[in-house]
Amino acid sequence: MTQLKNPQILFASDLRDGEVLFLGPSGWARDHRQASVARDSDEALALEARGKAEIAANRVVDVYLADVAIGAGGAPEPLHYREKMRIKGPSVRRDLGKQARLAQAGEPR
Amino acid sequence: MALISDGNFVENDWRHLADEEDLPTAGKIIVSQKRLGEALAALPADRPLGVVVANTTDPAALAPHFSRLALISVAFPSFADGRGFSLARLLRRAGFTGELRASGRLVADQSVHARQCGFDTIEIPTDLAARQDEAQWRAALGAYSEFYQEGYGVRSSILERRRKATS
Amino acid sequence: MTAHDPQQAARSNAPTTTYLYDAYDTAFVRERVAEFRAQVARRLEGAMTEDEFRPFRLMNGLYLQLHAYMLRVAIPYGTLTARQMRRLADIADKWDKGYGHFTTRQNLQYNWPRLVDVPDILEALADVEMHAIQTSGNCIRNVTADHFAGVAIDELEDPRPTAEFLRQWSSLHAEFSFLPRKFKIAVTGATHDRAAIKAHDIGLRIHRDDKGEPGYEVIVGGGLGRSPFIGKTLREFLPREDLLAYLEAILRVYNRFGRRDNKYKARIKILVHETGIEAIRAQVEAEFGAMDRAPFKHDGVEFARIAGFFAPPPYESLPEESPALEEAKRANAAFNAFAEVNVLAHKTPGYAIVTVSLKPIGGVPGDATSAQMRVLADLSEKFGFGELRVSHEQNIILPHVKKDDLFALWRALDAAGLATANAGLLTDIISCPGLDYCALATARSIPIAQAISRRFADFERQRLIGKLGIKISGCINACGHHHIGAIGILGLEKKGQESYQITLGGDPSLAASIGELLGPGVSADQVPDVIEHLVDFYLAERRGEERFIDTWRRLGHARFKDVLRREGEDGADI
Repeated sequence: MTQLKNPQILFASDLRDGEVLFLGPSGWARDHRQASVARDSDEALALEARGKAEIAANRVVDVYLADVAIGAGGAPEPLHYREKMRIKGPSVRRDLGKQARLAQAGEPR
Repeated sequence: MALISDGNFVENDWRHLADEEDLPTAGKIIVSQKRLGEALAALPADRPLGVVVANTTDPAALAPHFSRLALISVAFPSFADGRGFSLARLLRRAGFTGELRASGRLVADQSVHARQCGFDTIEIPTDLAARQDEAQWRAALGAYSEFYQEGYGVRSSILERRRKATS
Repeated sequence: MTAHDPQQAARSNAPTTTYLYDAYDTAFVRERVAEFRAQVARRLEGAMTEDEFRPFRLMNGLYLQLHAYMLRVAIPYGTLTARQMRRLADIADKWDKGYGHFTTRQNLQYNWPRLVDVPDILEALADVEMHAIQTSGNCIRNVTADHFAGVAIDELEDPRPTAEFLRQWSSLHAEFSFLPRKFKIAVTGATHDRAAIKAHDIGLRIHRDDKGEPGYEVIVGGGLGRSPFIGKTLREFLPREDLLAYLEAILRVYNRFGRRDNKYKARIKILVHETGIEAIRAQVEAEFGAMDRAPFKHDGVEFARIAGFFAPPPYESLPEESPALEEAKRANAAFNAFAEVNVLAHKTPGYAIVTVSLKPIGGVPGDATSAQMRVLADLSEKFGFGELRVSHEQNIILPHVKKDDLFALWRALDAAGLATANAGLLTDIISCPGLDYCALATARSIPIAQAISRRFADFERQRLIGKLGIKISGCINACGHHHIGAIGILGLEKKGQESYQITLGGDPSLAASIGELLGPGVSADQVPDVIEHLVDFYLAERRGEERFIDTWRRLGHARFKDVLRREGEDGADI
């Protein structure tokens, strides 16, 4: 077991509807704040293994680990701008994607 | 391995001969490309012989042996590598009338491509056959009633049918 | 009720001006839908793995993108009927989020379909003779053509019969569905090439030999992306009756010898570059000579059958000039601007070609809401024989509008936010979706387009600048065609940030050229400043009627680089 450079969460895409998913403690979540955070290589491998099993079960595709930083309130915030996009939606249509769902729920984006 | 002919899983009476194995005295064997010369020299002319070839093979290299070859198996290193389809066309153009077999991890949805290009049979690994059962192969073969391209397959193309309808 | 419903009487103003499916075409698209429905079911239950499913998903136009799936609907040679446009609007509302994106290959993209709904979407498309066949995948893609086909003054022959002929020939081609990479064909039949044929794997220029027989200049090996190339002439003149056979020969050589070891070296442009055009020509001609050409000998009959559908609509006999139009221009400055910029001369007296810009100031280039699509459908029926075109510049064309009707059309467009008078001007920006939507992107492109658009919003200034094509790509795959923009912008990643490289001197026409790099990448907020400096320099230096590209060619790239160096002297990182 080695320490990771950054904590990580597992991204995937839902096979049936294509939405971005995050692997949480009890399954797939559509909100990144519910993602399980891996802090060492064993935890990261375990997340990947669960993700691969879900691919084999034909529930998700395109599984990968992404680096995060733990923000205020404990939420995992992706470091790379591509994954920052994926947790929100198109920057040019703030009314679409996950950001819209958050807005509807009255939460800050 | 499983063998598909016309959408059905059929018995395979051909056997792949490992390179280190001696040429048998009987039976239908498929030799590797590099052993073809040896097999042609050692076997009598009336023994049915098969060869498995790379999808990059030059048809001209095989043409002199067509009369001795009952089967040519074209290896597909990946189902997404379509060179075998062109090779099949070229082998038929060069005059090969024996059994043309596509061998590899082809998926059922490629049945029509294989048939239209001149393949008679498709050989796939057992694990793939377990997932892609006979029903899928048969359905795939019947997915399309007509095709646009002229000179492929045995049925006339849509273009020919249109012309005949008006003439 | 439109011409595409044989069971219903055709409306008097909706005649046949484009191809109509016969029973074979209809059966084919229906069978394709049924096949894909079964493939989706087999994928969901695991009979097909994702690796096995992917090529078939792509060959039905379905990508997995950054936030969702994306479905790319084919609009063959960019031609649509009003009925088809309405169906695209209905699909947007029923299965997507109320809008679509018109692309640089004359297609339409939906950004939010669910895999499980796509068979139903394809069924809805098949109802109106549309499909998403081969809009992706390592196969022959949508054959694109001049968006002014049939109506341009400089047209020698309508390229659409050729495009339709090739569409059918390439549909589910048993031998060429698993190519090394994608394969794109474009056709032009005019003096000016509006289809960018030299940037395609095969470009076809219709012309006649000295006996007056129709045929094609066949250009091969063009393409943008990581290694852009201008296509080279394979055959100066190919007789029409040999078109399918010759293309089969080219595809066979490519299928056999195109590289499969490296995705970025797999297009035919690389094969031509590495083997040499003479060697490729020899191989193609040898294959063409060795083929059995008997199957093709009646192709002329089918070509003539197809060509018959592309008849001109029943134009009225009108004088060239329209006093009503001139009066409306005098009376209304905004309409005058639209008429000057977005309206082009038509082959037929009294008619005009209208470009409806999908580039409103600060908007998303190429996007249209379902409401706008319906407005366009209605207006095409009211003012244009029910026919529309999609240009590879991501705009909609109404190709048959009476000059007398232009003012009424403009008012209706204006009410729907579709009257931006910027066709061909600086803010008529071509932009791929970029990282806002696309999983392949390395940077966002749309916000760059929006920022430039807002900076240059003033229409007087745009008219002063004149024709200037800005093209933006969000990654090296160059779907925004930045290599052939007079100003090209490529979004990359540099040190964990989005960074934009600017090129100058690209040209999509027959005088094709690839843009040259201006300097190191700049940040997003610097881009509008850089564009402004370049434009100011051009305005200061231009002579006579020179467009931006002309001045650049005359002065040379180094002078423009100097502009940025001077501007950068105050410490800006340019």
